[in-house]
Amino acid sequence: MRVEHWIYTIPLRLRALFHRNRLDSELDEEFRDHVERQIEFNLAAGMSAEEARLAALRKLGNAPLLRDQTRATWNWNGLEQFMHDLHIGIRTLSRTPGFTLIAVLVMALGIGANVALFTVVRSVLLKPLPYSDPGRLVVIYEADLHGQHPAPWLPVDAGSFWEWQQSTQSLAQMALVSPFQGYNVSGEGGKLPEVVEAAWCTDNFFPLLGVRPMMGRSFTQNDDKPGAPATAMITANFWRRRFASDPAIVGKAMWLDAKPYTIIGVLPSTFVYSGAFGGAADQIWTPVRHEAPASLLHTYGDHEFLAVARLAPGVSLATLAARVDALQKQIKLAHPEPAVHPGAIGRTMLDDAVHNYKTPLFALLGATGCVLLIACMNVAGLLVARAASRSKEFAIRAALGGGRMRLIRGRLIESLLLSAAGAALGVLLAWAALEWLIHARPDMNRVEAIGFDGVAAAFTLTVIVLCALFSGIVAAFSSGRGNVLAGLQENSRAHSGGRSRALLRRLLLTAEVGLTVVLLVGAGLLLKSFQHLRSSDIGVPVDNALTLRFGLPGARYKQDEQKFAFFDQLLAQVRALPGVSSAGLVSAAPGEGWNGDDLMSIVEHPPLPKGQGLDFMLRGADPGYFSAIGLPILKGRTFNEDERGKRANVVLISRGAAEQFFPGEDPIGKHLKTIDEGGVWTIIGVVGDVRWNVAKSPNPTLYWPIYGNGYSFGTIVVRTSHDADSMAVPVQKIVAQLDPDLPVSNVMTLREAIGKSTIDSEFDSVLVLAFAIIALVLAAVGLYGVLAYLVAQRLVELGIRLALGAQRSVLLSQLLLDGLKPAMAGLLIGLPASAAVVRLIRSMLYETEPLDPVVFGAVAGLLLFVAFAACLAPAWYASRLDPMRALRTE
Amino acid sequence: MPMGDMPNSLSPAGALPLLILRVLHSEPLHGYAIAQRIHVLSSDVLAVEEGLLYPTLQKMLLKGWVEAKWGISETNRKVRFYRLTPKGKVQLEQELASYGRITHAIQEVLRTA
Repeated sequence: MRVEHWIYTIPLRLRALFHRNRLDSELDEEFRDHVERQIEFNLAAGMSAEEARLAALRKLGNAPLLRDQTRATWNWNGLEQFMHDLHIGIRTLSRTPGFTLIAVLVMALGIGANVALFTVVRSVLLKPLPYSDPGRLVVIYEADLHGQHPAPWLPVDAGSFWEWQQSTQSLAQMALVSPFQGYNVSGEGGKLPEVVEAAWCTDNFFPLLGVRPMMGRSFTQNDDKPGAPATAMITANFWRRRFASDPAIVGKAMWLDAKPYTIIGVLPSTFVYSGAFGGAADQIWTPVRHEAPASLLHTYGDHEFLAVARLAPGVSLATLAARVDALQKQIKLAHPEPAVHPGAIGRTMLDDAVHNYKTPLFALLGATGCVLLIACMNVAGLLVARAASRSKEFAIRAALGGGRMRLIRGRLIESLLLSAAGAALGVLLAWAALEWLIHARPDMNRVEAIGFDGVAAAFTLTVIVLCALFSGIVAAFSSGRGNVLAGLQENSRAHSGGRSRALLRRLLLTAEVGLTVVLLVGAGLLLKSFQHLRSSDIGVPVDNALTLRFGLPGARYKQDEQKFAFFDQLLAQVRALPGVSSAGLVSAAPGEGWNGDDLMSIVEHPPLPKGQGLDFMLRGADPGYFSAIGLPILKGRTFNEDERGKRANVVLISRGAAEQFFPGEDPIGKHLKTIDEGGVWTIIGVVGDVRWNVAKSPNPTLYWPIYGNGYSFGTIVVRTSHDADSMAVPVQKIVAQLDPDLPVSNVMTLREAIGKSTIDSEFDSVLVLAFAIIALVLAAVGLYGVLAYLVAQRLVELGIRLALGAQRSVLLSQLLLDGLKPAMAGLLIGLPASAAVVRLIRSMLYETEPLDPVVFGAVAGLLLFVAFAACLAPAWYASRLDPMRALRTE
Repeated sequence: MPMGDMPNSLSPAGALPLLILRVLHSEPLHGYAIAQRIHVLSSDVLAVEEGLLYPTLQKMLLKGWVEAKWGISETNRKVRFYRLTPKGKVQLEQELASYGRITHAIQEVLRTA
């Protein structure tokens, strides 16, 4: 029936649209025919010619009205009226360019911020990963349910993984991946050596993800075993950058850590692996069983891997996780060593990639949502004010027969025009913001997935319509309710109508101020948290220190003596550079990350129960490191030059370790031994505490000589008298002279390195602060607007009062109070609302309580101050009025 | 089927579509003839504003109850003839039935109350 209906009507409608003139003339012809027949009839009935014509026309009725009614059935009428209203809307808006510009800008800010944030949230948090059937991909972690580590998501050891893989074949395919590897790439064709982030994986990793190489092939079992010829896959990006998109790259050799590898495949440019432990920057992939040392592949105690699984059809993540958890519990029973974890947990691969960004992104989206709501309220407020000044126009239109719906539609179209223009500008802003974000946060997982797509476009359209409806409806219903006559009669002496409109604007403002308070409190907390983070003492002076990282490839530096010679020459030459005050070597500088820990026991203390030990963070250092980095030696001494190689069995411990493990005794002269291998180290000194991550408190740390203890990599710390940056090139030149194939990486000042780890906090707090400031400005503009409007409305009344002797100071304070009321009401609503909301961002705060009284107090003070400033100008103006001029304004 | 945006079918003007359907039931007619037929058949009681016929006919065209064709009239004029479609016939039957029910009910009320 519907289809049939359309078969009838569509041709008619189309005719109505395209052959309007023909339809018109046909109708006219029918009318003419009708009238002529009637005239003939009338003539036959004996009327005169004139009489017959008039009677016939009378009988037909009002022909133009009938024609209009008929045209109305041709149904494009609505569209025509819409076009007409649109035309009028554009004309009215262009007649008040100031208002239009402000409203469009306000909307552009609100819509732009939301479109940008929505695009990010959608692309990063919601868009499926670029693998085949990504919904069935999960990541399994180990879990330490006794809470020894802060994070419950722990990497996996290979020993456990092989057991999982064996026992869960019916539930899932599992692949092992270690995304935190790296190679020195060097050699070919005089290109500069460089350190490249890399990953190891099992041969089934790429088939499991459903990723096919763009060129060449994936790994096979023949590649993924010890003793196989060395093979590697590279990313499209690396292929383009380092090999200039060489079309014949497959089969060619590449030198990794001074060993030749055959490039067997190039990954497609869409491929990226981004997990909670990084990997998005990995550019070289190698087979794990070929690369990893045999001990690492069989241990249960060294957690260097992640397990990625593809669930079999019908199997849920919970089923697999429960099965693996049970297995891991058995493994723990068989291997009770402390380093073996007692459980396992899982999450989807998408969750794994974006988990850390969820709260901040949703918080930011909430902030932009508030800004948009405030922007809408502001525009609604402006439209209400405008409606007030146009109330006569509307009354006249209504009196002339303008339908109420038509009038409301006109208003809606105006607000639609405003929000559409705002959105056009806003999308440009959003585009710029996204470009900036992609460049500012390359460290963020899935940043490469950010893009404006159909859903984001639909979101934008929805936002436009909702904004238009919100501000338009509020404005439309604020004016001309029913009584046309009242509107026509209203003049500036009778300001009751104006007041009711001002009430609506005040309610809007109250809500606006409330939201602004929430945003300000959020921004204040994040900012305070960021300040804490920035000012948290990492333990050493951060200025005038440069760090550079290198790793000596085992293939060329086989003997300890070769490494020591390199360290010696490097340190000697760097220390000799003019401008360098000191230099030292360390396995990981403060703030450079976790970088290894081990369980130790104290020889002089009663033995611990089997399997237990004291957890020390491990650092290799050279004798000059402590003075170079500025770490005070509190007790004892640093290493001697000859305590290296076989004599490297001396350690310094951190103050925290001394206090925690040697309470009330002198640690110097005591001995430590690792709980599994049994080497023994003598404690010769105690140094200050440093943080491995700015946001984390210091761990008990142990320093042993980097000359020995298996180190072949390190960070050189260069302390300068000024301008540490300028030392980067000379130090790199020294390294290049010592070994032309050895790349250096992470060249940055200590301050930059710390800045990098606070970027999340900085980013969130600065953005939310920006939104809060926008909101504050909008609220201030709104407060100013309402009071200025009220003053303008009451100009005559105020003039009379002044003429009758009202005190100007009383008038000023009355008006100020009047204007401040919405701000105070908003504050009263906003503060408890903030208290409820800030709990949601607790996880983003560092050493800051969500209900920080200083922040709440400061926000209340700032808001009142701004509101006061916004209201002062109109109130001041009113109290300085010249009564005579005010009375003459009518 | 309700008459939608047409006026109440109990007033003469509201009954216009029903009357047109009924009149067209016997044969296709042009506009003037429809008006005349309604006049004559109702003994001038239902003297609606004749011009209203044309917007109503356009609505009925869009609803697919009638179709129109240009032809030559008995007086050798070029006029538009309206003809009932099968859908229009169904509509007529439904309207007649519900109209009958309503008038019957009203008469009952008027007679007994």
